[in-house]
Amino acid sequence: MRGMTVIVKTIASWVKVLIFVFGIYIILFGHLTPGGGFAGGVILASSYVLLMLAFGREFVQENLPSAAASRLDCLGAFLFAMIATLGLAFGGSFFVNYLYQKYLPGEPLHLVSAGTIPLSNIAIGLKVGASLFLVIFTLSVFCKDLRCKEPEADSEIGTSAGEKE
Amino acid sequence: MAIFYILLIFMIIAAIIAVETKDLLSSVICIGAIGFGASLMFLFLRAPDIAITQIVVEVLGLIILIRATISRDLTFISGDREFFGTVVSVVIIAVIFLAGMKALETKSFHEIQETRQLHPQAVALPDFGTPIYDVTPGAASQKYIQEGLEKTGAANLVASVILDFRAYDTLGEATVLFTSIIGATVILRIRSKKLLEEPE
Amino acid sequence: MPYALCFLLFVIGLYCAVVKKNMVKIVVGIMVMEYAVNLFLIMLGYRTGGEAPIIDKSHIDPETAQVAASFISSAVDPLPQALVLTAIVISLGSLALMISICIRTYGEYGTFDITEIRRLRG
Repeated sequence: MRGMTVIVKTIASWVKVLIFVFGIYIILFGHLTPGGGFAGGVILASSYVLLMLAFGREFVQENLPSAAASRLDCLGAFLFAMIATLGLAFGGSFFVNYLYQKYLPGEPLHLVSAGTIPLSNIAIGLKVGASLFLVIFTLSVFCKDLRCKEPEADSEIGTSAGEKE
Repeated sequence: MAIFYILLIFMIIAAIIAVETKDLLSSVICIGAIGFGASLMFLFLRAPDIAITQIVVEVLGLIILIRATISRDLTFISGDREFFGTVVSVVIIAVIFLAGMKALETKSFHEIQETRQLHPQAVALPDFGTPIYDVTPGAASQKYIQEGLEKTGAANLVASVILDFRAYDTLGEATVLFTSIIGATVILRIRSKKLLEEPE
Repeated sequence: MPYALCFLLFVIGLYCAVVKKNMVKIVVGIMVMEYAVNLFLIMLGYRTGGEAPIIDKSHIDPETAQVAASFISSAVDPLPQALVLTAIVISLGSLALMISICIRTYGEYGTFDITEIRRLRG
């Protein structure tokens, strides 16, 4: 995917920072104002999609490679499951809000409150953002011409006959 | 209440255009129009969480759909349309529509309360404007609104419902999203096909 | 009456998903059905003159530090909103899967028509 003109590139490089910070704000204040992990994660993914549309796919491949994105995705899912399992260890049942009920109640309507809810929001936001960035990146890697011939498939018959993928 | 009817009729007109036009890019743009209309409806229905999520998901969905349709050779599908199959489908869909109209009949709040004095187990769909937890005794939403702040400490009641009272649903949603993204990544993998056709 | 219009939107999407032969049109029909269902679920929980289910400083009783009774009697239902929130994000994931199937099929057969795909084998 090629990039766009100079005007689009300049504006995109200023705006993507604002979109990223806005996404982090929506995730972090999800227990006080409307938003939450899902909307914030999608906003984080869309800041990288803006980068990909304006600068081309190779630029984003160096910035955030797809292997790193899939690892962030797994890390987010693992964090969410870990928060739930620690509820089993500290509280008594699987998803109990142990931070609010025992250790760190905080005050309502402040940032530090509601126990494990902001931590779960962060894990979900990380997971959803990395997943959606990965799927749009994979869609753009796939060749976009008409009939997709496999590259150099004819010259590799002899060498790749015994290889496993 | 007039704004609801205006937005719903706008969405229905956009849906009819999306279904009937022959150009694929026009249908995709009409899907975008339906999504924006839905987001405005959510804002007027007092659901700001859902409106934010719908707008950003709509934008990413449009990018995915346009990616699929804009660079393909847009051949207009023509040819004989299998007249008998189309007529049978339209008749069945008309029957489904009439059945749905009968099932979604609404009663006003006073009628439901009067009927409930005679038959305590009667259920009916209330009019638009009365939430459904007002007519079902012992509904869970009563407890979520009354005790949400003191049991979870979160000011956003929707966040307290999805991450504390009903966190298993969020776990299931994370699993479904994970699986569908893995499926999409596996389908779009480029691998050499000559490897599979080569005799061992 | 608004429920009837919402169900009409669902039936239009169902017609498109069943009758059309272009694969991308079928995906468009499924998306219209998903929008209609999400809209119907949120419309079930609406209260005329209600407020969004988010607690502010003005809703807390100063003496008892509990939620004021005026908020309890005028809030809209938070439960359908929680269910629809996950449904919207799942619809995006399933859209990505459907479009990747369409793109891959176009790469193999060169067409989006489902009747032709049935007749070409291998």
